[in-house]
Amino acid sequence: MNIFIILGMGAAVGFLSGMFGVGGGFLITPLLIFYNIPPVVAVATGANQVVASSVSGSLSHFRRGTLDVKLGTVLLVGGLAGATVGIWIFALLRSVGQLDLVISLLYVALLGTVGTLMLLESIRALRRSAKNQPVSLRRPGQHSWVHRLPLKMRFKKSKIYLSVIPVVGLGFCIGILTSVMGVGGGFIMVPAMIYLLRIPTNVVVGTSLFQIIFVTAYTTIVQATANHAVDIVLAFILMVAGVIGAQYGVRVGQKLRGEQLRALLALLVLAVGARLAVDLVHTPADIYSVVSEGVYR
Amino acid sequence: MRALAALLLLIGLAVPAGAQVLEDKPVNFPEKLEIGISTDEIAISSDFRGADLTIFGAIEGYDPALLAQSKYDIVVALEGPKDNNTVRVKERIFGIWVNRRSMTFELVPESYSLSSTRDLETIAPTAMLNGVGVGIHHIRLSPIGYVGDGSNITEFRDAFRRLKESGGFYQRDPGGVQFISASLFKATVKLPASVPNGTHVVRAHLFRDGVFIAEKALPLRVMKTGIEQMISNAAYNNSLAYGAFSVTLALLTGWLASVVFRKD
Repeated sequence: MNIFIILGMGAAVGFLSGMFGVGGGFLITPLLIFYNIPPVVAVATGANQVVASSVSGSLSHFRRGTLDVKLGTVLLVGGLAGATVGIWIFALLRSVGQLDLVISLLYVALLGTVGTLMLLESIRALRRSAKNQPVSLRRPGQHSWVHRLPLKMRFKKSKIYLSVIPVVGLGFCIGILTSVMGVGGGFIMVPAMIYLLRIPTNVVVGTSLFQIIFVTAYTTIVQATANHAVDIVLAFILMVAGVIGAQYGVRVGQKLRGEQLRALLALLVLAVGARLAVDLVHTPADIYSVVSEGVYR
Repeated sequence: MRALAALLLLIGLAVPAGAQVLEDKPVNFPEKLEIGISTDEIAISSDFRGADLTIFGAIEGYDPALLAQSKYDIVVALEGPKDNNTVRVKERIFGIWVNRRSMTFELVPESYSLSSTRDLETIAPTAMLNGVGVGIHHIRLSPIGYVGDGSNITEFRDAFRRLKESGGFYQRDPGGVQFISASLFKATVKLPASVPNGTHVVRAHLFRDGVFIAEKALPLRVMKTGIEQMISNAAYNNSLAYGAFSVTLALLTGWLASVVFRKD
């Protein structure tokens, strides 16, 4: 393992995450897998790295007052439950030898979907701006079935009155993804909060980062105890390079236009997904593999 | 006494699958085997790139006539710590390579380094080597659990040996054992760069004219040292503290970054 490659990887992903305002976990884990780090370690170490990258982000949102702690806590309840179920699924898949495959398949599906949606959306935005129409995100407005669910709770900071069921449910789903894929899940949570739950855009990013810290921290500890899969040296190199890279990414990101940035990120996400898909269908050098169980270690 | 030994030898040769008879106790042969290593503990640093381990030994109570005809053969194996190992084979399903069938072998050594006076296959018949369980192609690979009609055991055993050999975990050196005087010998076994941590066993076997007659084993502890191993030990032995520390480190890194790069 070459430390400079890891440093470069962390800095590059940090740069992108700063530029695009994403956590970067969904890029770190596949990159580590490409670098022949065992997927088990890549996922657990990725979760550890996301802790660091979401702390600095959510602190700045907290200072600016764009973080709803109450909403974040409700999300967190679901997130912790989801992460627990996810770890259980993770250990089960590992014992039957299908973990590497499922991680790759999930990444191909996720990166493919997210990349395609982002690309389509940014192309539409680029067309609109070419016609000199104002570029605006859809405003959360009308209510949907989500808002007719019981167990409603008032979230003062977000200025919404919402059932806790979809909030806990969303946290739960993302929690599973955190432990199985080593991602924070912000890139799914943010759109879901805006479009599905109609939560005001200004608190969405800070609140999702807030709950990601705790879910990824919890996942890291459970992965370390249950699977011994966290590589602290690898994670530390990645997070240091990542937070520094992010600072430069933010600066570059402010100078570029949003739609072009999103189109670029979409292409990158699609490329990573395509590479993983190729590895799945490419005939392996050896179809046999051997693992020691580690029971008598 | 010698007549008895000769009789036993005859019985041993007469039973074709004499393996089962011989594997328990190599009864009253006059020959005994003694071996010694300079240490029972080896410390390995993180820049270890493999090394040779030399083992000295002697045959006691040997028959000078047989020795003169080079009828004695010695096989020395360094067996690594044992663990269950699972071999999996991928198959293509809807274009995707998926692990399908698997077989788990019970308590096989993680590493295995063999050294002998000549090519093992010429020292003793296959059935006897299988019985003693010495040699990469003869160590016991017993599957655990349901194996169906057992027709694919050979496939998985072969794959296991091939993977272990190509990975450098299993090695052999025909000619690694040399007689330095009439009955005194020196065996060189290789410690691979990826030698596993734990208790290894140096096991020497004495063959007389193709018959296994004596065995002697010594434990050898391999201890990895250095910061990498310290971290790895912590990850396994104090995993909760290790996990908590990983999280603390991440929290601190993130917090420091937000302080250092604060814009206002």
